[in-house]
Amino acid sequence: MVVIMTKVLTGKISHPGVAEGEVLLLTEPVSFWGGVDHHGEIIDVHHAQHKAKMTNKILVMPSGRGSSSATAVLAELIRTGDGPLAIVMLQCDTILVIGALVSAEIYGISLPIVELEQAEYDQLTDGMRVSVDARSDQEIATISF
Amino acid sequence: MSNPSNGLNLTAEEQAMLDGEHGPAVAMCMRIIVGVARANGAEKLIEIESAHADGTLYHGEAGLDFTEKLVELGGKVKVKTTTNVGSLDLLHPNLVHGDETLMSHGRRLMDAHIALGCEPTWSCAPYQAGHRPAFGSHVAWAESNAIAFVNSVLGARSDRYGDFLDLSAAVTGRVPFGGLHHDAARKAVLVLDFSEIDSRVFSEDAAWAALGVILGNRAGTRVAAMVGLPGDLSDGGVTEDRLKGMGATSASAGGVGLFHVVGVTPEAPTLEAIIAPNAEYLKMTTADVREARDTLSTTSSEKLDAVSLGTPHFSVDEFRALAEVIGDGPKFAENIDFYISTSRDVMARSKDLGYLDVFLTAGGRVVTDTCTYVTPVLNRDVKNVMTNSGKWAWYAPGNLGIDTVLGSLSECVASARAGKVVRDESLWS
Repeated sequence: MVVIMTKVLTGKISHPGVAEGEVLLLTEPVSFWGGVDHHGEIIDVHHAQHKAKMTNKILVMPSGRGSSSATAVLAELIRTGDGPLAIVMLQCDTILVIGALVSAEIYGISLPIVELEQAEYDQLTDGMRVSVDARSDQEIATISF
Repeated sequence: MSNPSNGLNLTAEEQAMLDGEHGPAVAMCMRIIVGVARANGAEKLIEIESAHADGTLYHGEAGLDFTEKLVELGGKVKVKTTTNVGSLDLLHPNLVHGDETLMSHGRRLMDAHIALGCEPTWSCAPYQAGHRPAFGSHVAWAESNAIAFVNSVLGARSDRYGDFLDLSAAVTGRVPFGGLHHDAARKAVLVLDFSEIDSRVFSEDAAWAALGVILGNRAGTRVAAMVGLPGDLSDGGVTEDRLKGMGATSASAGGVGLFHVVGVTPEAPTLEAIIAPNAEYLKMTTADVREARDTLSTTSSEKLDAVSLGTPHFSVDEFRALAEVIGDGPKFAENIDFYISTSRDVMARSKDLGYLDVFLTAGGRVVTDTCTYVTPVLNRDVKNVMTNSGKWAWYAPGNLGIDTVLGSLSECVASARAGKVVRDESLWS
C-alpha cells in the first residue's frame, strides 16, 4: 500500500529518533508507573482509555503524570519491545525523556519524543498513520501524515 | 556535540566529566544529565547538596542493567544519597511472597545501590528518616511524594526527577538548571480556594486525601496555591503528615511537584508572595471534596479483609496517634490483616517510644524497606482493603486488583476490630 503523506507538523525534539505508526491519542495523561502494565496496556481504572494498548503505537498525550518510577517502566517497555514507537506531548515530561535517554545508553534503542504546540497537536487524531522524524542532527522534529 | 540548538554551557570540570576524564561511570551519567538539560533548554548545570534515589524498586531488567552497569564502571555517589523503598523487606524476609526473579533481582538492585555508596534508608519518606535538606538548597530527589514534600513542605528545590536521573545526579553532583530549581517556576499559576468549606471537614484524614485528588486533578503538573485551609504546621490543624498524604495523593492523581498552602508552607507566608501573574482562580465546595473522596473508595461493601496504612511510610507521629487510638482496647478481628509500611528508622524510634508494641500487641504487622502496594505482601485471597492513604487507594486497585475503602485512622482501627467496614458519614452529609 502506498501512503501519500501531505501534511507536515513541526515540533521540538525532546529525545531523538525516528518512527512510523498509528496514533494512540489519549485524552488525558497516563502514568507509566501504576497506569501501564508490562505489555503496554493501560491498567489505570481511572483513565478514560483504560485497556488501550500502546505497543508499537505513536503515543500522543497532553503530558506525563504520576510517579517518577515511570522512567524505569518506559525503559523496560522499550527493552522488551512492548512500548510505544514514539511519544508526542504538548508539555514534555522530563521523566519520560530520561527513560528514552537511558534506553539509548544501555540498549542502543532511540525512542523519539516530540513536543508540539497546541495548534499542531490538535491536528493529530486517534488511529491516523504518521511518520515521526526527530533525528539528532535536525533542529526540529517533523510529523508527517 | 551534534545538536545545533544546544545552548547549554558547561564548566571546564563538567566538560571534563563528559569527556571521560572522571571515569566511564561519571561520563555515562553526564551524558544523561546533558541530554535532559538539552530537552529542557537549560543554559547550565548546577551543583546539588543531596539526592534521593528511587531506582531501588525492581520494575524489570532495565533498572538493574543500568545500576549494575554503573557499579561495573566504578561509579560512586558524590553527595548524600538516600534510598527509596525496595522490592523486599530485608528485616522481615518472609512477608514478601514474590516470584524468584523479583526476589533475586530486587535484592541485586538494592545491593547495587549500596555498592554505589547510597545510604540504606529504604524509605519513600526519607524526610522523616533523617534526610531533611535546608530551605532553598538544590537537591535531586526522585519518588513523586518525596519530590512534592521536599519542595513544598521543606522549601528545598528539586525538579521532578525519576530513577536513572537521580543516580546520574548523585554520581555527577549536578542537575540541569531548570524546572523547579528556578524562582519563576515556583510561583502558583492556579489558586484553589477552600474557604467556603466547613472547616470541620478538614479534621478528617480522608479530607486530606480528597484534597490531594483535587490538587492533582486541577493542577496536573502546574504549581498551585491553596487558600482557606485551617491552621498552620504548629497548631495541629495542618500537620506535616497531612501535607505528606495530600502531596503524595496529588502527585499520583496529577504530576504535582510543588504546592503552596498559604500561611503554612515555608515559601507562602502570603498569597502575594507566591502568586504568578494571571493565575487561574477556582473556588472549591464541600461537594468537590466529597466527590474527590469518593473516587478513592472502589466498593461500598461492608466486607473487609485487610487494613493498610503507611503510604507514604508511617512517621513516628503517626505511630503515636495510632497508639492513642488503639489504647488498651480490643485486638483486631481474626479475619483482618493489619499492615503498616514504614522505614526501619521510624520503626526503631517508635519501638523505643513504646508506640510500636501497642500496635503489635493489638495484632498488627509492620512492613519495612518496602510497601504493601508495590510488592506482594497481602495474602492472595484479600479482596477489600481499608486505608487512610489517598496514594494507596489511588494505586492499589490497578496494582493489586483489589477494592479500596478510604477511611480515617480511627475508622481503620474500628473497622479492624469489627472485622468489617465502619465509617462515620456524619461530617460529610
